[in-house]
Amino acid sequence: MTAFNEQSRQQVCDIVEEMKNLPGAMLPILHAIQDAQGYIHADAVSIIADGLAQSRAEVHGVISFYHHFRTTPPGKHTIQVCRAEACQSMGSRQLEAHVKEKLGIGFHQTSADQQVSLEPVYCLGNCACAPSIQVNDDVVGRVTASKFDQLVDQLSTQALEVK
Amino acid sequence: MVKVYIPRDTTALAMGAERLATEMAVEAKNRGADIEVVRNSSRGMFWLEPLVEVETANGRVAYGPVEAKDIDSLFDADFINGGLSHPLCQGLTEEIPYLKKQQRLTFARAGITDPVSLEDYQAHDGFKGLKKALEMSGQAIVDEVKNSGLRGRGGAAFPTGIKWQTVHDAVAPGDAAQKYIVCNADEGDSGTFADRMVMEADPFMLIEGMTIAGLAVGATQGYIYLRSEYPIAHQILNEALAKAEAANLLGENIQGSGKTFHLEVRLGAGAYICGEETSLLESLEGKRGLVRAKPPLPAIVGLFGQPTIVNNVLSLAAVPYILAEGAKAYADYGMGRSLGTLPFQLAGNIKRGGLVELAFGLTLRELLEDFGGGTFSGRPMRAVQVGGPLGAYLPESQWDTPLDYESFAAVSAVLGHGGVVVFDDTVDMSQQARFAMEFCVVESCGKCTPCRIGSTRGVEVIDRIVNDENREDNLELLNDLCDTMIDGSLCAMGGMTPFPVKSVINHFPEDLHKPVTEDMAS
Repeated sequence: MTAFNEQSRQQVCDIVEEMKNLPGAMLPILHAIQDAQGYIHADAVSIIADGLAQSRAEVHGVISFYHHFRTTPPGKHTIQVCRAEACQSMGSRQLEAHVKEKLGIGFHQTSADQQVSLEPVYCLGNCACAPSIQVNDDVVGRVTASKFDQLVDQLSTQALEVK
Repeated sequence: MVKVYIPRDTTALAMGAERLATEMAVEAKNRGADIEVVRNSSRGMFWLEPLVEVETANGRVAYGPVEAKDIDSLFDADFINGGLSHPLCQGLTEEIPYLKKQQRLTFARAGITDPVSLEDYQAHDGFKGLKKALEMSGQAIVDEVKNSGLRGRGGAAFPTGIKWQTVHDAVAPGDAAQKYIVCNADEGDSGTFADRMVMEADPFMLIEGMTIAGLAVGATQGYIYLRSEYPIAHQILNEALAKAEAANLLGENIQGSGKTFHLEVRLGAGAYICGEETSLLESLEGKRGLVRAKPPLPAIVGLFGQPTIVNNVLSLAAVPYILAEGAKAYADYGMGRSLGTLPFQLAGNIKRGGLVELAFGLTLRELLEDFGGGTFSGRPMRAVQVGGPLGAYLPESQWDTPLDYESFAAVSAVLGHGGVVVFDDTVDMSQQARFAMEFCVVESCGKCTPCRIGSTRGVEVIDRIVNDENREDNLELLNDLCDTMIDGSLCAMGGMTPFPVKSVINHFPEDLHKPVTEDMAS
């Protein structure tokens, strides 16, 4: 997953070639690459820059501006914890501390076994059933410490099954 | 065949609706019950999600909140025939007071129709507005919107009709003369979910509203700039767009009228600032979302340098009703210069959270108590933040303020996008003030100094106040800093971050004057 091999390179070239003529193509291209590869590898930057006739600095500038885009491989699972006000009113500060302790990592980090990446998020739009987290693609509401522990245990069980 | 409705709205899903729908179908098969599970969207009564509804001769009967473990007992209580004996039975959906007391114009179809069924949409007055608009001149459409009194629902409350007139009158420069309609669906404010609900519950309404806007000003291309945190809305919008195109309600020569309008969804990438309209345009153009100086207004020099309408989801979603029923029908709701309805969103520590669409003019307290039913925790309410992370925290003394733009402005608060976040008495308001600055540190685009540097200094100063280091001097400094940010920032991000901070200084000073505890010093 971490290696930017010939296949990854070709995939990036194909994405850029297919989308580069869209008006304002940069974000759609970056989304497509991250959706396909999990992150945007440093070697993808020059391919994007060439395709859009921009400098590598400009491409890097865009990638680094947006919280959503990452330049390192994510863990097998990504957990996002909402830090915004509605969740705060329902105890998200305590939940956040619990999550960090349980996973043994902080925000923007990935566990040593590459299983889980932890990211902050500012609002998932589930503010009437706070506090909220997102596990991979699924938003989960009314999260408590014990509910979180169950979710994480399920993730690790599934991981073993897959292997 | 009995229709059983289980929403695929984000909140319903977050409370277990997907598993519920799957297991419901399996159990029905096991029992030989002839049901069709329809994936509607939410009615906006989120404390009841997942809300299961069953169609009966008397109307839909509601059960909620339903968990997968309740399925057996629901069948046992004959819920598929609207059995009323189950403890989760809420009676007829339309008779639930929370819903019955509302004035739903924009959300008239929410939770009733299948969001991606064109037939459902048309059977419930869908595309009536567009049909009228196709026979009107651009100017006549703009006049209708002007007369409705509609003001931008994104928070700034600028008159929508005036904005449309500006774009209508603007001459698109260059050979490739092009005007654009851009829908701001970057709903980043905590405590708001009305835009999400429009897109998940009634996407054709937004498509219709944008198409009407295109006809009004002569724009043939539209973009919905959707935040990446809303994957369900993305999926539903794309399904709806494909169906609208297939039915020639979008695209070339719409319904044989000779008019053209193309529409596309573009995803943001987790930047709060991109909800600011000029930052959003930069982002759509493929750049860093740096705020532009105004003037020129986007209405004159907008997307790719062309005249552009940038409207919030709710503004555009109000348009089909205005065209279908007439400007007056809409303007009959509301008070003063705040006409029509606003979908309020009750969130945070609240017993009955959800969407409440009402004409302007109710008081905040009525909303909190009559609809919200007090806090979720059961403890006393202490502070209410209205209008998102850039809105003031209101103490109880201000809860009798009527919910309209001018009344809120008069108490240095903002109604914004209608988000209401409730806190109980365990809240530490010094932490809320600190968070306002902290959020601005994370989300500032960095273009102007008061916002970029001021927010970082703000966090530091508040920490010193909390730790009782030269407390009074630092409070004075914080006030100065807030004024500098308000007066000197390029956009509302830096310009309004001080609102929640100042409201804490003014209304909750005791939280900034607490003795330092061991715990805090460590």
